Amino acid sequence: MDFIANLPPHFFRIPIALTLILTLVFVNALIMVYLERKIAGHMQYRLGPMEVGWHGVLQTAIDAVKLMSKQLIVPDAAHRKLFRIAPLLAFTPAVLPFVVMPFAPKLQGIDLNIGLIFILAMASLNVMAIFVAGWASNNKYGLLGAMRSVSQNIAYEIPILLSLLSVVFVVNSFSLGDIVGFQGKIWFIVLQPLAFLIYFVSSVAETNRAPFDLPEAESELTAGFHTEYSGMAFALFFLGEYTEMFIVSSLATAVFLGGWHGFPLPFFEYSAIVWFLVKTYILMFFMIWFRWTFPRVRFDQLLNFSWKYLIPFSLVNLLITAVVVKL
Amino acid sequence: MKNYFVDLFSGIKSLLIGMGVTFTAFFSKGATVQYPRETNYIAPAYRGHIILLRDENTGGHKCIACGMCQRACPSGCITVSTVKKEGEKKKTLTGFDLDFTKCSLCAICVETCPSGAIDFSNEYNLAGFTKEEFHYDLLNYPKESSC
Repeated sequence: MDFIANLPPHFFRIPIALTLILTLVFVNALIMVYLERKIAGHMQYRLGPMEVGWHGVLQTAIDAVKLMSKQLIVPDAAHRKLFRIAPLLAFTPAVLPFVVMPFAPKLQGIDLNIGLIFILAMASLNVMAIFVAGWASNNKYGLLGAMRSVSQNIAYEIPILLSLLSVVFVVNSFSLGDIVGFQGKIWFIVLQPLAFLIYFVSSVAETNRAPFDLPEAESELTAGFHTEYSGMAFALFFLGEYTEMFIVSSLATAVFLGGWHGFPLPFFEYSAIVWFLVKTYILMFFMIWFRWTFPRVRFDQLLNFSWKYLIPFSLVNLLITAVVVKL
Repeated sequence: MKNYFVDLFSGIKSLLIGMGVTFTAFFSKGATVQYPRETNYIAPAYRGHIILLRDENTGGHKCIACGMCQRACPSGCITVSTVKKEGEKKKTLTGFDLDFTKCSLCAICVETCPSGAIDFSNEYNLAGFTKEEFHYDLLNYPKESSC
């Protein structure tokens, strides 16, 4: 027993955290797919899924079973190894950022002092997966989707970094625990409204969702980079996309919306995690709302919007922040 | 430079209007009719396949077996079979068959019928695997599903 007692605490902490994170990722995907279809339905005067279970609540579970039982077909001309690696490459970096996410004061896998950088680094690996998937499937739609994805993500990662940097200037720390702790009195959405807007718009683009869903534009590229994928490989991309949504929303919650701060709920001890999840899901509702309202932008509009509007505005915002902090 | 900001703000305004439209739609009742469980109102003037009307007093059909509908039908989809029994003045109806695959719902049979025995039904849920499923024996047509 001495041996176990002498192990460093992270030896137990990280596996437990990863188990909980994987549970969260799958449950979140189940909930989000259902919510997305339901909200989309109601926004178009439809009802959404209604048949399986009460108001279709079991529909996503059934779909998951169907996807798992399907065969992964590898095209003859595809690069066999990369074709199989790409879905894993899309899914793994989507899960890792949760390790540093501060869900509640004591509910955080590990509070890295470079937490924010870790999340951004992992989030940008997703582009790699999309590019590998598009290239390896040896399909013109896949390659076009992958190409679009790369240029889009390069264009939109800069405003994300710049807008988060203006918050880091104020807090003087990259640790997410510190950033959330700083917002006890006033949230950063009040101090940095422009940075929040820029971050949120760019993060919608970063997750490849409508109106910036050019990499998978159904009506132009059939399905973009995942045209050739079927079964569980496709499901992993799908899972990655919804997890990415959760990550950018929870990062926005932690950095701009005060994280787990909120007045204590009555009769409930763990109000911190409830506040965190409520804020995150409200942001995700906004992302779904955007998707079912706005038409897809053209490619030149997409790049113009980033280089002509988001980046200059975030630079100006950063400059003002730096001046104010120095004073 | 002026256009730059005008574009930005007019764009944001139009996006917000769009979001308002979908938000009101989100809270309105859906237009979906859950078909097998609920159906839309079928107008009385709807033309389904024809049926023989029942006489309320006797419970039997109103047909006098004159065969005018058979002769009037431009598609020839009605077959009226009759027998003349010994000692009876009128003919008796023994069969009234409709081949609905040929019927164009023109209503000439309904108009020519001297006793007003033919009318359109409200039956619209028609589906089948063979042609023969649309050959109706109207004399023995189930009472409850008519009209």
